[in-house]
Amino acid sequence: MWKRDEAVRPTGGQPVVPPPPAAAPPTASRTEVGHFMERDIVNIGKSVVIKGELNGSEDLTIEGHVEGTIQLRDHVLTIGPNGKIKAQVFAKMVIVLGEVHGNVTATEKVDIRDNGSVEGDLVSPRIAIAEGAHFKGSVDMQRKGAPQQKQEQPKPAVQPSAGTAVVPPPVVPQAAAGQRVGA
Amino acid sequence: MGLLDRISSRKSESEAAVFPPPADSDPLFSTKALRKFLGCLTSRELPVLIDLGPVVGSNIAYFGEQLGCKIFVVDLFADLDRFVREGRLEDFADFIDKKFTQEAASVDGILCWDFIDYLDKVTSQRLANQLTRVLRPDGALLGFFSSSAQNGDTTHSHYNKFIVADEGVNLRARAYPALRGRQSVLLNRDIIKLFSGLRVSDSFLLKNNQREILFRKPA
Repeated sequence: MWKRDEAVRPTGGQPVVPPPPAAAPPTASRTEVGHFMERDIVNIGKSVVIKGELNGSEDLTIEGHVEGTIQLRDHVLTIGPNGKIKAQVFAKMVIVLGEVHGNVTATEKVDIRDNGSVEGDLVSPRIAIAEGAHFKGSVDMQRKGAPQQKQEQPKPAVQPSAGTAVVPPPVVPQAAAGQRVGA
Repeated sequence: MGLLDRISSRKSESEAAVFPPPADSDPLFSTKALRKFLGCLTSRELPVLIDLGPVVGSNIAYFGEQLGCKIFVVDLFADLDRFVREGRLEDFADFIDKKFTQEAASVDGILCWDFIDYLDKVTSQRLANQLTRVLRPDGALLGFFSSSAQNGDTTHSHYNKFIVADEGVNLRARAYPALRGRQSVLLNRDIIKLFSGLRVSDSFLLKNNQREILFRKPA
């Protein structure tokens, strides 16, 4: 019995049965997260010139020159005031304070700030262009959940279709300054 | 579901549609034709729009969110200024002919604003021809035209940015410097002749004596 007990005790402690791993990973992941938090935003400095394909999985700020393609599918790309881009850009969100020549596709938002400049086509569900910004190109704003709307539309088909109600209701009669002149 | 219901259902909660802060100095006037213009486009899936400019970010966000459309921003005001600056105004009509690369009958709506007022007769006819060409049957064109009673002189050296306000009920006219003033005040019949390929759907005379005219292309 004693021998058995002694034989069992050590095994319950350390070597044979490893300690439940649940305790270790959280600390490991915390350190990893902290590590990522620290280096979450990457900068490409003024003097850096990149030609080719730029891929990343973290937020990126570009102050230098990039030619080619930039892909940050799930992250924010910021073109700093000194940044000059000649590239096709794909990102979750694109903030432009510098110059971009090329098409920009963002799954969330394109934001052209004051003094920012874009010459190219924008594709994004949300687009903001500041008063002093320069923009030349086209804007394609896909609707959020457009396919869902299409699927839902047939359901209320019992109601009169949208095409029939062409005449809009009177628009703020007091403020309406217009007189109808002719048709 | 009515058209206006569809319009309002597309209102976005995003800040992109936030209008610029009201500037008291910018005259605000109501518009009737803009809502009708939007009504023409909401029945279309993924409409294509041409905005003759200038670039107004809040307008782009507004039209994009209301219509879910593709917008070509063609800032002809900037081009006109460039031609004036370079002393090549006589080439502007040719430039207009080449500017619109869209295929014929490929555009659902055109925001012409008051650009025609700044052109001579020849150039405005060339522009009208191009706009008529690219407009799809049943498409809509919105134009503003100053009237003779507006100011008397035709040499305003500023353009207007028409900024959509109050969900398209009002427009705010923000003046900015221009190198070319208004060239002429067109009579209604001149405007109708200019866009002879289109029919006038609605026409309004605003209190500020500006005419807003909505054209439709016969189907």
